[in-house]
Amino acid sequence: MDFTLTSEQEAFRERVRAWLESNIPDEWAKLGLSEVPRPEAYAFLRKWQAKLFDAGFIGLTWPREYGGQGLTFLEEMILHQEMALRKAPPILNVLGVGMAGPTIIAYGTEEQKQRYPAKILSCEEIWCQGYSEPNAGSDLASLQTRAVKDGDHWVVNGQKVWTSLAHIADWMMLLARTDPDAPKHKGITYFLLDMKTPGVTVKPLRQITGDAEFNEVFFDNVRVPESRVLGGVNNGWAVGLTTLMYERLALGFGLQVRLRISVDQLIDMARRMGKNGQALTRDPVMRQKLAQLWIDTESLKYTGARAVTKLLKGELPGPEASTGKMMWVETHQRLQELAMEIQGPYSQLVRGAAAAVDGGVWQYSFLRSRANSIEGGTTEIQKNIIGERVLGLPKG
Amino acid sequence: MDFGFNADQEMLRATARKFFENECTSDFVRARMAEDEGFTEEFWTKLAEQGWLGLVYPEPYGGAGLGFVDLTVLMEEMGRAVMPGPFFSTVLLGGLTLLEAGSDAQKKEWLTKIAEGQARVTLAWTEPSARWDAAGVTTTAKATGSGFTLSGTKLFVPDAHVAHALVVVARTAEGQNPEDGISLFLVPTDARGVSVTLLPTMDQTRKLCEVKLDDVAVPAAAMLGTRGGGWTPLTRVAQRATVALCAEMCGGAQKVLDMTTEYAKIRIAFGKPIGSYQGVKHKAADMLVDVENAKSLTYYAAWAVDENVPEAALAASMAKAYTSDAFRKVAGAGIQLHGGIGFTWEHDLHLYFKRAKASEFTFGDSTYHREKVAQLINL
Repeated sequence: MDFTLTSEQEAFRERVRAWLESNIPDEWAKLGLSEVPRPEAYAFLRKWQAKLFDAGFIGLTWPREYGGQGLTFLEEMILHQEMALRKAPPILNVLGVGMAGPTIIAYGTEEQKQRYPAKILSCEEIWCQGYSEPNAGSDLASLQTRAVKDGDHWVVNGQKVWTSLAHIADWMMLLARTDPDAPKHKGITYFLLDMKTPGVTVKPLRQITGDAEFNEVFFDNVRVPESRVLGGVNNGWAVGLTTLMYERLALGFGLQVRLRISVDQLIDMARRMGKNGQALTRDPVMRQKLAQLWIDTESLKYTGARAVTKLLKGELPGPEASTGKMMWVETHQRLQELAMEIQGPYSQLVRGAAAAVDGGVWQYSFLRSRANSIEGGTTEIQKNIIGERVLGLPKG
Repeated sequence: MDFGFNADQEMLRATARKFFENECTSDFVRARMAEDEGFTEEFWTKLAEQGWLGLVYPEPYGGAGLGFVDLTVLMEEMGRAVMPGPFFSTVLLGGLTLLEAGSDAQKKEWLTKIAEGQARVTLAWTEPSARWDAAGVTTTAKATGSGFTLSGTKLFVPDAHVAHALVVVARTAEGQNPEDGISLFLVPTDARGVSVTLLPTMDQTRKLCEVKLDDVAVPAAAMLGTRGGGWTPLTRVAQRATVALCAEMCGGAQKVLDMTTEYAKIRIAFGKPIGSYQGVKHKAADMLVDVENAKSLTYYAAWAVDENVPEAALAASMAKAYTSDAFRKVAGAGIQLHGGIGFTWEHDLHLYFKRAKASEFTFGDSTYHREKVAQLINL
């Protein structure tokens, strides 16, 4: 075991650090502390991502010929850690960078690989993920949106839901049923859908935060050219659910560091908030809760480090790699609950109230955190996956 | 960055797994539970022959000179086999205290004997107050012309009944700061005035004793380290032994998860293996999360104590806080998912359940260590 980095890796860290130091715009601090892109920040975040692209600090592990930097996972991890530590603005095109790009690089034709990935990194084109439907969420393979062949086009009809960023997206990773007679996993195709195609209608859905971050998307005879099938007809299940281990782990590292920052901010708030005339951090029960959050956040880091070590050695990660999402969700939701507990009656005051704690930013992140155990695979589905794929328990 | 075990460590794991499967079977463990000694000389000799009794001691003292990351591997396998006997008390309590506080001559003599399987030494620290802090040490060591006289009662002393010597934690001075005035003495168990009583315990694989010291006269040469300077080495011993204990707990928890998963695959209820039901599957997934996180924190703590990084104390407390909860929860869930059979004496689950409970309170439980974490992160 060795937690030290090579001098090249340390030099890379210094380079990232120095760049972030002088390039995070001052106006970011004024927009508030939110890690989730909120509508008023979209224009700002587009510019931020373009800036990262120009500096070569995005798409680190992607091949150079497709807009990436051709570096290793370790640099990617360092970058995510530094961005989180510097409280850098988030990546707006997160689904493109995290999913669409790597999937296209893995499954695309040369033409597709030349066409899409670089514009994902530069944020010229924003992507959304057209997977979930009103009757296909956790049971994704039962999706009903149809695509029927018509000459050199496919004609799509149906509906998607909970589609984050669809209202600003240029492209969609679309899963649609192309063979209704095949077993449900086998008749699905992955399409690259231009959101400006006639027949695509996006209706924002307002969430419990009050924001409209996700949407319903309707398809009415939407014509998709054959050239925009990714990875072959009826092969969409494999393409769409390829475990993008590296990307998820890299994202996970960023999330862990941001979680750690949130713990720091929480402790800072607990110091400022009194209870019965003394700082909350003197309260023995609160100390227990804060310490447990700290421990869980650290354990997430080391569990991630074990998985990364195996990847770097060219081995498949073991059971530790599968637990990250669940553990992060549970810890983050508990953190947000604790933020409300620390504030007591002040938890009711949101942005706009002069007496709101920290300008009401915690209230937003508390409400937003409820989605964590649903989006990207519910906790229940994660437990099924762990039970079946890691522990080898039989399917229900 | 490399947060994994190397080839030698993986080989040690394989060797140890095979050794314990052959030598430390359920029958062996149960026979030792039923006896007072809790181990056999034959088994002890085999541990010595493997080089495991001196694994972490430096080579000049008869050891193999390996580190705590290596030891972690071995401890996990011992925990997996719910190994009985005085390994922990001798190698990690008595032995480590000698290593941390003893003179070169004391180390040469005793550590070599421990590594060869010739001597067993335990640590007589806690008292009826059951405190792990310095204020809990009330046993006195009064200076006489030629040495000291020890008086007091030690409780929860592991394996004192089979030890050749005790390291006694005693107070040579009262002061403003309870940590000042703590001294360490190496006392043969057959010294006049020492009486050892074996206590009936819930976990029969871990024998605990009461040790009464009734005006026990020891020479000045029995002191380990400096007069009044015992607390610092003792803290280091506690930190390192805690990490080793966590590793043993991880091994036990992993074994419970393995047993439970296997059972859930073959036990049929309502026409299907119970593991296909989400009520069982999800609980098993929760167990896995507990086990994996406990390992992550424990492995990091092992590395931290090996490298002696400033974060070592924090790492050890994080590991113990998490692992104490994790092993208890996993062992409990294991019984629950087995149903009635898991509650029987015949099934091995109760050995792990009881070991989890014994380990939980050794060197402080989760609540104790969370408070330590709180202090160390300046809350």
